[in-house]
This record gives sequence, structure tokens and C-alpha cells, in this order.
Amino acid sequence: MSRIARRFAALKAQGRGALIPYLQACDPDCETSLALLRAMPGAGADLIEIGVPFSDPSADGPIIQAAARRGLKAGSSMARVLDMVARFRAEDDETPIVLMGYLNPIEAYGPARFCADAARAGVDGLIVVDLPPEEADLLEGAAAAHGLDIIRLVAPTTVGDRLGLVCGHASGFIYYVSITGVTGTRTASTEELAAALPLLRAATGLPVAIGFGIRTPEQAAAAVRVADAAVVASALIATLEGTLDAEGRATGETLPRVLAQLRALAEAVRGARG
Amino acid sequence: MPGGANSLRGGPDARGRFGIFGGQFVAETLMPLVLELDAAYEAAKADPAFRRELDYYLRDYVGRPSPLWFARRLTEELGGARIYMKREELNHTGSHKLNNVMGQILLARRMGRTRIVAETGAGQHGVATATVCALFGMTCVIYMGATDVERQKPNVFRMRLLGAEVVPVTAGAGTLKDAMNEAMRDWVTNVRDTYFLVGTVAGPHPYPQMVRDFQSVIGEETRAQMHEAEGRLPDVVVAAIGGGSNAMGIFHPFLDEPSVRLIGVEAAGRGLDSGETAASILRGRPGVLHGNRTYLLQDADGQIDEAHSISAGLDYPGIGPEHAWLHDIGRVEYVGATDDDALAAFQLCTRTEGIIPALESAHAVAHAARIAPALSPETLLVVNISGRGDKDIFTVAAHLGVTL
Repeated sequence: MSRIARRFAALKAQGRGALIPYLQACDPDCETSLALLRAMPGAGADLIEIGVPFSDPSADGPIIQAAARRGLKAGSSMARVLDMVARFRAEDDETPIVLMGYLNPIEAYGPARFCADAARAGVDGLIVVDLPPEEADLLEGAAAAHGLDIIRLVAPTTVGDRLGLVCGHASGFIYYVSITGVTGTRTASTEELAAALPLLRAATGLPVAIGFGIRTPEQAAAAVRVADAAVVASALIATLEGTLDAEGRATGETLPRVLAQLRALAEAVRGARG
Repeated sequence: MPGGANSLRGGPDARGRFGIFGGQFVAETLMPLVLELDAAYEAAKADPAFRRELDYYLRDYVGRPSPLWFARRLTEELGGARIYMKREELNHTGSHKLNNVMGQILLARRMGRTRIVAETGAGQHGVATATVCALFGMTCVIYMGATDVERQKPNVFRMRLLGAEVVPVTAGAGTLKDAMNEAMRDWVTNVRDTYFLVGTVAGPHPYPQMVRDFQSVIGEETRAQMHEAEGRLPDVVVAAIGGGSNAMGIFHPFLDEPSVRLIGVEAAGRGLDSGETAASILRGRPGVLHGNRTYLLQDADGQIDEAHSISAGLDYPGIGPEHAWLHDIGRVEYVGATDDDALAAFQLCTRTEGIIPALESAHAVAHAARIAPALSPETLLVVNISGRGDKDIFTVAAHLGVTL
């Protein structure tokens, strides 16, 4: 059983949902980013999503675009992202790690070599924003050969037969993009989620995470009342950004502030179904 | 015949690919829309009423057919090939862009969309889009890199006069690539009422095919006009390449004619090896960006490089996937012309023919001028003047040290 499946099974046994925080690799620098990653499980992260910086993140909003720019400026590369995961994995063999990014850096690395190296580093799953099921043969074989889950995005526009097609190409969990839009903008209403989730449940037995637009502990709690996990990205990155000095460098406030926010989110998620 | 056995004109395949290039690499939110667009375009193509409507607007609004002009003075000046110019700059709004935009706006109307978004570099596509939105009373939002907003002020003003909202994009270097990202972000957000009107033969399938089809009118007319003027096919066809829509439009009807040499001219910027270039085929390698697999200027880690060209319309680090394929199979030659080459050709064309070409088109003129002297006087060479250069006079003046 994969780390992701194990973690969701354990949470199910405890009767609670998962909190999945997001960080952008090497934002604002590679050391701070690794320190944040290492501290996240202790602050309540159940799974962790790491953004792989890309020059042209066309489905991301301004907050994550800026984080990607900082990461690239700080020297992020695919090799460094994998090294960061390997260093985390040396200390934590339990918390699942999912990489999220765009196809071109994976292509440049070589899809087969990338899947082998990612699995060796301790990556558990991949979310590739611009790789719909129609084009997925590029990665599916190599990912399966190395035990990597391909986590699929499902959007409000994914309806009818397409829902089955997308879920049929997924493993690990389903990432429900709860709004049409880029990351970090509006938030889906409780009614919208309540309408969408039963359709998803009917199409897949995989756990469902809700992302895009979850900013507050209340919203995270609401998400795990209907789904299995809540992803929080832009809100945490906005906090990180707010602690940087005038030159964009980390300060003594960077880790404490982001981790405090993460703890508040985790507490809400853990109490959501109580 | 198009699409027949052994034809190079039948692409893309069922997956939207030209060889390994093309495809549909978009976020899941957009994927259902791209599939819907594909179906809507196929239905429109099969509907004679759509073709009739498009032909009406092309003739009475765009001003087609555009003339094929024998450039006597330029031919005499250079000595060698007989040079003809396909005068796309005479279209309404001053470029070839309106051919495609007219087709897509009619399709958007058929699909019941009420809001149009588009990306633009030099502003030629933006002006064309704003124009048809005015004509049909549609909401229009144009994304344009902040750098380009600055260097293409006349076009920005025209778009605003036409009622469009022009949104300057400050991400990245503020050029066409960044405008494309921002237009895609808008589309992903406003999927239900918005049509993304792509200006070149790139993006997810069916855009490369659809834009090519709408632009192929350039080559079809050139074929007929050359027959009328000289009684035979041209020997050489030269066109500038950014994303590649004017070139694909004039090349496509000649792809199955092996006697016709087709040459695409990329913007070499400050030189092919200067690191400041927009020559995606000559200095890039295959990768995935903006919904398609194609040649891209990129670093070893797959990060997309900023392109550089004096021409905002060519300043893009990618190229249409069909061009990428035509390069790989060797059917079309791709060469470069520098900023300086284009500036010289801009002046040459203006002085000898009284035609001020867009800086984009000046790249094609530059290569035509380079090869013409060595060709025989029987050689028929067509250069596509894809747009007029009024918008570029400020850029050119600055390079010539003239204050306007």
C-alpha cells in the first residue's frame, strides 16, 4: 500500500479529514523552504503538496506566480526539488509528498528518468496541471512502474462521461478544483460543494481533496465535512510573502507565522467532524 | 487535394497532432471547452451557411481579395528573381489578422458566447479582435504585455477607441508570452460565457488547424493570382514567422507542390547566437507550452526563455506546431533575419515600392532581398506583406535616432 493510501486509510479510521498544505520549492530560498517542509508535519500537515516552480504557470493566480518567480530566482530546478524531498524523506518516512507543476520541466528532465528519480527521492504522487487524460500516456506508464500516483484534477466543467474518463486515469486521490478560475481567487460556496461531491463519489472510490480558494480554518473545516481533504496553498504563501524583508528574503518571522497559520488550519480540520 | 493520399495538407490527426507536435495540453477546467470548440468548428465547416457568411464578411468588410503586386522597382534594385508582394496590409485594420478573427468571431456567435478575450503582441491581432467585437457588439478584453503596451501605443489607442478593455500584463518581461498566460487565466475563470480568440496557429487543438484554415485564403488567392499574372505557380514563397499564422496561411495551399520552395523567416533579434532572439525553431527544442507541443526557447530545466525581437509581433518563444512538423520533415526552410536586417528591409521596401511594411513583414522582405539577387530572372518569388508598418514608425524612428 502506498504512503498516500496508508495515510487516507489511517485518517478514515480516526474519522477525520486531511489537511494538505502547499509550499513552493525554494520560496523564498531553498533552505527556508526545506525547513518549512520539515516543520509542516509537526504543525498538522497530513499530506504535503510541493509546487515545482515554472516560468509560465498559466493556471495559477498572482500569489503562486510570485512564489514560482522567487523559487526560480533562488535557484530551484527539478534536481533541487527532488533533493529537497530526499532530505525530508530521510527524517520522515510517513508523510506523503505530492509534487504539483507543469509538464515542460518534466519533459526537459525526461519523463521516465523523472519518475524513477522522484520515486527514489520519496515522492508519492504527481499533479501535472497541463496534462489531461487525453495526453497522459506520456507519463502514466513510467509513473505506474515506479509506484507514483497520478492525481487528477476534476473541475466544475468536468461533467457527464468526462467525469468517468478523468477518474479512470487517476490514482491516489482526486483533486477537486472547486471553482473555475486560477489559484487563490474566489471560494466555492457550501451549496456548490454539496452539489458537486455526490457526483464525484459516484464516479470514484478514491479519496477526494478540495482545493482552489480555501483560505480560512472555517473554509478548511467546511471542506472536510463533505470531502476527505482540504488543500490550502495561496493563503499560506501570502502569509510567507508578508514576512519577507524589502529584498524578498526570509526573516525570523517567516517560519513561525506560516506554521502558526498551519496549526490553526489543522485544528479546524481535526475538529470539523466532531 | 487537401487531405488526400500523400498530402501534407491533411493534418492534424485525430488527436490534434502534426507528427509529435500539437495536442491538447490544458488544465482540466479548459479541456471540456477545447473539446466543445473542436466539435463546434467541425460543425461550422460542414455548414455551407457558415462559409457563405464568412465569404460575405471577407469580401465586403475585410476587403478581400488582397492584391498580388509585382514589385518592379524592388526587383530592378535587387536584380534577379521577379518579386511579388501579397498585400495583406491592405486588409481592413491593416494586417492579415482579420481573416482569422472574422472566422472565429462568427464561430463564437454560433456557440452563443458573448465575451471575447484575446492576447496580442504588436496589437495587430488585438486591433482586429476589437474591431469585430465592435462590429458584432461583443464584450472584448485584450491582454497585452506592459512592454508592448508601451512600444505599440497607436494600436493600444485604437483598441480602446473600438471599445475594448486593454489589460497591461506586468508578469515576466511583459510581452506576448505573458499576455498569452494571462488570457488563459481569464478563460479558465470565465469559461461559461467567454470565447478565447487565439491570434496565431498555436495553442491547444483545434486552434492551430482552425487559424490555419481561416488564413489559407492568403495562399489560395496567391495561387490564383500568380496563375493569372504569370500562368504558373510561384517558385519561392517567403513569409515572416512569430507564431506563424501569416506564413501558414500563404504556405498551406502550396504544401503539396514540391516545385514551390517555402521559406519561413524567424526573428533572429540581435543575432541567432546572441541569446537575444525569437528564433524558436533555429534555437529552441521541442517542449510543451500554452496547450501545445512545439519548438520552444527554453533552458536545460524546461523553463521558458524570454524571446527578443524588435518586432513585438514576433517576440514569442514558441511557434505553431504545424511549422515545427514542417521543419522536422524538411518541407519548409526556416531561416533568421536580425533586427538590423528588418530595419534595413523596412526602409528598402518603403523607398522602392511606397509600401511601409510592418516590422514583422520586414523580416520576410529582408530574406527575400538576401536571396533574390542570386536567383534567375525567371524565378517567381512571393513575399507576404502581412501587415502595414504605421504602428512601427515610433520604434523605427527611435532606432534611426529620429525624435517624432
